[in-house]
Amino acid sequence: MSCFAEAGMPDLDRAHGLVLLREMIRIRRFEEKSVELYSAGKIRGFLHLYIGEEAVAVGAMQALTPDDAIVATYREHGHSLVRGTPAGPLMAELYGKADGCSRGRGGSMHFFDAARRFYGGLAIVGGGLPVAVGLALADKLQGRSRVTACFFGDGAVAEGEFHESLNLAALWKLPVLFLCENNLYAMGTALARHQAQTDITLKAKGDGVPAEAVDGMDVLAVEEATRQAAASVRCGDGPYLLEYRTYRFRAHSMYDPELYRSKDEVEQWKQRDPIATYEARLRQWGLLTDEELAKIEAAVDAEIAEAVAFAEAGSWEPVEDLTKDVYTPPQAAG
Amino acid sequence: MRKLKYREAVREGLREALKSDPRVFLMGEDVGKYGGTYACSHGLLEEFGPDRIRDTPLSESTFVGAGIGAALGGMRPIVEVMTVNFSLLALDQIVNNAATIRHMSGGQFSVPLVVRMATGAGRQVAAQHSHSLEGWYAHIPGITVVTPATPADAKGMLLAALREPDPVFIFEHAMLYPMEGEVDEHAGPVDISRAAVRRPGKDVSLLTFGGSLWKTLEAADQLALSGIEAEVIDLRVLRPLDTPSILASVRKTHRAVIVDEAWRTGSFAAEISAQIMEGAFYDLDAPVARVCGAEVPIPYPKHLEDAALPQAAAIVKAVQEMRHG
Repeated sequence: MSCFAEAGMPDLDRAHGLVLLREMIRIRRFEEKSVELYSAGKIRGFLHLYIGEEAVAVGAMQALTPDDAIVATYREHGHSLVRGTPAGPLMAELYGKADGCSRGRGGSMHFFDAARRFYGGLAIVGGGLPVAVGLALADKLQGRSRVTACFFGDGAVAEGEFHESLNLAALWKLPVLFLCENNLYAMGTALARHQAQTDITLKAKGDGVPAEAVDGMDVLAVEEATRQAAASVRCGDGPYLLEYRTYRFRAHSMYDPELYRSKDEVEQWKQRDPIATYEARLRQWGLLTDEELAKIEAAVDAEIAEAVAFAEAGSWEPVEDLTKDVYTPPQAAG
Repeated sequence: MRKLKYREAVREGLREALKSDPRVFLMGEDVGKYGGTYACSHGLLEEFGPDRIRDTPLSESTFVGAGIGAALGGMRPIVEVMTVNFSLLALDQIVNNAATIRHMSGGQFSVPLVVRMATGAGRQVAAQHSHSLEGWYAHIPGITVVTPATPADAKGMLLAALREPDPVFIFEHAMLYPMEGEVDEHAGPVDISRAAVRRPGKDVSLLTFGGSLWKTLEAADQLALSGIEAEVIDLRVLRPLDTPSILASVRKTHRAVIVDEAWRTGSFAAEISAQIMEGAFYDLDAPVARVCGAEVPIPYPKHLEDAALPQAAAIVKAVQEMRHG
């Protein structure tokens, strides 16, 4: 094992270092497979890919415990995977099968996992922030010191709910970790075209929430910043906002012809691919060999293949059950 | 039995809920220091403290959403949206989160949220403060919509709502707050699935809910003077609608008039009319009539506001025209 000295960074444990790499590769391969399956008509509706942004979900999740809560957006495949929902049920959810994590009822935008405190998969931009505030409020009222992490994009900062939620969390000192994945585009609208003030951290500070920006293409920077922010939230200091500066390499969704950004810009950002750059650093530090990388990739490929097989073999929910779970049945009430 | 004002009954319900279940808390605009815009939470902040009686910023979307999150997190929140007029700001949280999270998650979560709102017109507070939109809410699968018209129901339905695992929306007509009615001191939660026959009769079924109940009973009294015995049904719950009770009444009387303060077009009265047609068409001696709000934003001057809303005279007229038309 070798260690390195970078200001403020703990020694990087080799095993942990490889976990970060593997998790990012898992997300990348899952998303690439989803593209294939979407083109083959197995996945329908909307599909919002996380390719390019992997360092954010992977790095951030390291700071959360199984007891913490997560609220995410429609671009949440990566978050679910790292959180621990098995790839099989996630793939089955994309297919719409009853074996899916949401029983096939939600699809790509609505991954939920109660056992892992994953409260969606919520698809209205900004709509998850108030829910996160409420989860944190419940924890505070019940005397629990745990964090509610709320992921949202740069588009969400335009919604009134963004300011309302930050204000309320700050006012009531709620343990919310506001995690803004700033990929510079709200669907097709660049941040500077819809915000007079493009510094998201300043907006947060204006609402009473301490905030900082992080290089979202650097998984170690994401992990370090999120651990620190989560620690401060966990000990009751109130909410914190992190702005991860990242970029999605693919379109907003499978329907998007990407007329709003140049191929050059995309290529430039691809030079900062979070997986490739991290791989290079690991090699540089002597923490990764070709053989180890091959092993990781083979294991991930096998996992994804198994997930697809699971989805293919899954069953369709009977139409007779159409109105199931609109309401909680009496015997299931808590 | 002692009498309480509707607002006192609401407060009694809130107090009992707060005392008996530590998971219950109340949040909304001016519920604390102000004592509630309709005085329903007067004194509760002093009694239960600021953790459980929370004054919120004017952020309807976020404090309703926070109610959803708190319910997901194990609490039993009562969110007070000052009036249905302001609830429009929270419709996204209500329609896209509260009503759907259970279904979208494949049944993994329940959202035991209670939202109380004042509704309705009659106080000359003009177009933006006078809506009756409970019919819009009754359109949404995944939630329960109740419209207590009596002090006993105002208290009992709140207690019942807090036992539900899914969101319940309670619409309190603003004109009802000072109204007195009998409230049993020991009464607990009441049924929130069935309509109530407030006045039995054989000649026509008058179907209504909420703030319109009293005008409808008044109309029934007037009709009785000319020998027409009207049966007045207080629907009590709009979703799930107690269709069997409605149809049973119509099969008995063969005539139905629905009284609904909301605008006539696309009103909830239209839904009830459709259900009567579907379930009791061959029992009807006349088309179902509706007495609803006029197609106008509620105007300020009293004579115009009165003309825009259902009144006892219009209900009487509708019944009389039905018998002769």
